[in-house]
Amino acid sequence: MTPSHDTLLEMQRRMLRIRRFDERASKMVKRGHIPGTVHTSIGQEAQVVGAAMALADGDYTAGNHRSHGHPIGKGSPLGPLMAELVGKATGVCQGKGGSLHLADFAVGSLGESGIVGSSIPIATGAALSSKVLGNGKVSLAFFGDGAANQGCLYEAMNIAGVWNLPIVFLCENNQYALSTPAHTVTSGVIADRAAGFGMPGVRVEEGQDVLAVFDAVTEAVDRARRGDGPTLVEVVTYRFNEHSEGLRLGVDYRNADEKALWLEKDPIVLFRRHLVAEGIATEEEMDALEAEVLAEVDEAVRFTDESPFPDPSVAFADLYTDPTPGPSVDNLIGATA
Amino acid sequence: MTVMSYLGAIGAAQREAMEADERVVIIGEDVEANVYGTTGGAGKSRADKGDFLQMFGANRIRNTPISEEVIVGSAIGAAMTGLRPIVDLSYSSFLYMAMDQFVNQAAKNRYMFGGQASLPVVFRSAMFYGLNTGAHHSDRPYPMFMNVPGLKIVVPASPYDAKGLLRAAVDSDDPVLIFEACMLWGTKGEVPEEEYTIPFGKARTVREGTDVTVVAISSAVPEAAAAAEQLAEEGISVEVIDPRTLVPLDRQAILDSVGRTGRLVVADPAHRTCSAASEISSIVAEEAFDALRAPIKRVTTPDTQIPFSPSLEKQLYPARAGIADAVRSVVGERQLARS
Repeated sequence: MTPSHDTLLEMQRRMLRIRRFDERASKMVKRGHIPGTVHTSIGQEAQVVGAAMALADGDYTAGNHRSHGHPIGKGSPLGPLMAELVGKATGVCQGKGGSLHLADFAVGSLGESGIVGSSIPIATGAALSSKVLGNGKVSLAFFGDGAANQGCLYEAMNIAGVWNLPIVFLCENNQYALSTPAHTVTSGVIADRAAGFGMPGVRVEEGQDVLAVFDAVTEAVDRARRGDGPTLVEVVTYRFNEHSEGLRLGVDYRNADEKALWLEKDPIVLFRRHLVAEGIATEEEMDALEAEVLAEVDEAVRFTDESPFPDPSVAFADLYTDPTPGPSVDNLIGATA
Repeated sequence: MTVMSYLGAIGAAQREAMEADERVVIIGEDVEANVYGTTGGAGKSRADKGDFLQMFGANRIRNTPISEEVIVGSAIGAAMTGLRPIVDLSYSSFLYMAMDQFVNQAAKNRYMFGGQASLPVVFRSAMFYGLNTGAHHSDRPYPMFMNVPGLKIVVPASPYDAKGLLRAAVDSDDPVLIFEACMLWGTKGEVPEEEYTIPFGKARTVREGTDVTVVAISSAVPEAAAAAEQLAEEGISVEVIDPRTLVPLDRQAILDSVGRTGRLVVADPAHRTCSAASEISSIVAEEAFDALRAPIKRVTTPDTQIPFSPSLEKQLYPARAGIADAVRSVVGERQLARS
C-alpha cells in the first residue's frame, strides 16, 4: 500500500528530528552539557522511522542503548527527551533514566535498555498482554546485530512462535557491535535464523530507503495483527558516528572506502530527493521542513535549559508503588551538601 | 476454617486470584498438568487432571518452554502493559537463569522510567532443600534478591501465611518473589475458606517469651517453635518471630522483641555470608545494641554447596537442636555476666 502524502512527509520529518536531535546531543556531550554518554542513530534514521511508522499509535516498542530514535520515531515530543538526556526534572523519566533508559509510555515506548537484548523479552511480554487481553496491539523489539547473538532473542522467538504472539523482531544491523564487525562474530545470516522457529525472516538490503523498511515492517505488522504470529526483520544499515559520542579508538576499525560508500547513502538526502522527484514536495517545502525541525530542537534545548534539576529526595521515589519502608534522604550519610 | 496443606493453600490463593481478576494469568513450566500441585483446583494439593486449565482456559494458564530468561522477561513486559501474571518458576535454583531480567528489568524499570511503569507480577519458586536433590536444586537464594532494591521478598512458613501472602502479592503493583520451602509443602494448618490478605512488612509472633528472641525464617520457623517448646521445659522462655516478608522487613517488631528479651538468635536456612540473618543481626546491633545482654547468634547453613548424600546434607540446615543450643549459649552469657 502506498503511504499517503502526509505520511511521506511525516517520515521525512521524523528522520530529520532524529538527525538534528542527535547532532545537537552529540555537541552537548562534547561541551559537557550532557553527563555520561549518548549513542546516536545518525545514518540509521530510515531503519528507525520506517519501522516505527509501520506501527499504529497504540502499538508497543522496546529498544536498546541506541535509544533516542525509537521514541522519536514513534512520535514522542523532543523537549522531555532532551531534558532527560541532561538529567532534568522535566525529563521523560524525571531524570532517573538518561539516554540509556528512555521510555515514553504515552507513545507506547516501553523503554530502552542498557543491556543489549534485554528488552526483547519485555516486548514479547507486551505482545502476550495484547494476545490475552485481545486488544489488537502489536509489539516491536528493536535490537542490533550484536544483540542478535544473545540467547534471549531465541528464547523469545521460540515462545512468540508457540504462542503465536503479535510481535516483530527488528534487527538493526548496522554491521558493528562497538568495534567488532558483525561477520566475525555472527554465523550465517541473521534473517535466516527465523526459519528455525517457523516464522518468516526478511532481510531488507536497502535499509537506507525508508520506504523499503516501511514496506517490510508493514507486512510483518499486518501479519501480527491478523493473528498470524511473529516475524523477524533484519535491516542492513550503517551508523555514521562512533559507537558512542566522545569515544576515541586508536585504530579505525572501519574501512574508509566502506564508510564513504555508506555516507553517499544518507537516508535523509535520498528521501528528500525522492519526494521532490516524485512531485510530493518542492525544494522550498523541504527547506521549510528542515527549518521547522531545527526550531523544534532549539525549543527542546530551551525547555531543557529552563528546567530545574530534580530535588535530591526524588532519588528515593518510585522504587515501589506503595510507601514500602525503604531508603530516604535520611540515608544519605556522608553525602555532600 | 478448614485444614489445608501449605501446597493446597497456594493452590487456593491462585484459584481465588484467577477468579477475582481476569488480568491474572499463570505461566510456567508444567502448570497445565499441575505437576507441582498448585494449579489443581479447590484446596486439593494435587488433582488428577489440570483443573485450572479446564476452569480458566489455555489463554490464562500457559505452559512455557524451559526458557527462564524469556519467561521472567515476558511476565515483566506483560505486567507493564496490563496483565497481573503469576509465574511458577518451579525450583529457585532456576532463578539464576533469569538474573538479567530480575535485576536489570524487574527491579529497575519502574524506578529508571520515573514511575511510568508499574510491574504487578509475582514470581513463585520452591526451595527444594533437604530432599537429597544435590547442588542444582537445593538453593535458598532469597538473600541475593534482598540485595536488589525494587523487589519484594516473601517467605511464607505456614499454610495460613502461604495463602494470605500470595493473595497480597497478586494485589501488589510491584514485582514480588515468593520463596516456598518444599520442607513445608506437607505442613497442615487452619486456613480460612474465604478470601483474605496478609499485609507485607508485618511480622508474626509465633510464640511469646521473655528470655530470648529467635527470629526464624521459612522452614526454620517450625524448628524454632519446637526448640522453644523444649527450652520451656528447661525454664527458658523463648519468643519466636517470623518476619514473613524480608522486603519489606518488620524491623520494629524485631527491635521491640529484642528490647524486651535482651538476646537474639536468628535461624536462617540460607548460606551464612550476607544472609537474611546477617541483615537482621546488623539491624539489631546498630539500633538496639544497648538492649543486648549477650552476643547475637546466627544459626544458618554453612558456606558450602549442598552435597547429595543424606548423611552429609541433613546436618547443614537450622534444626531444633542447633537452635536450642544457640539459645542456651546466649542465656549462658547472661548467667556468666550476673555471677
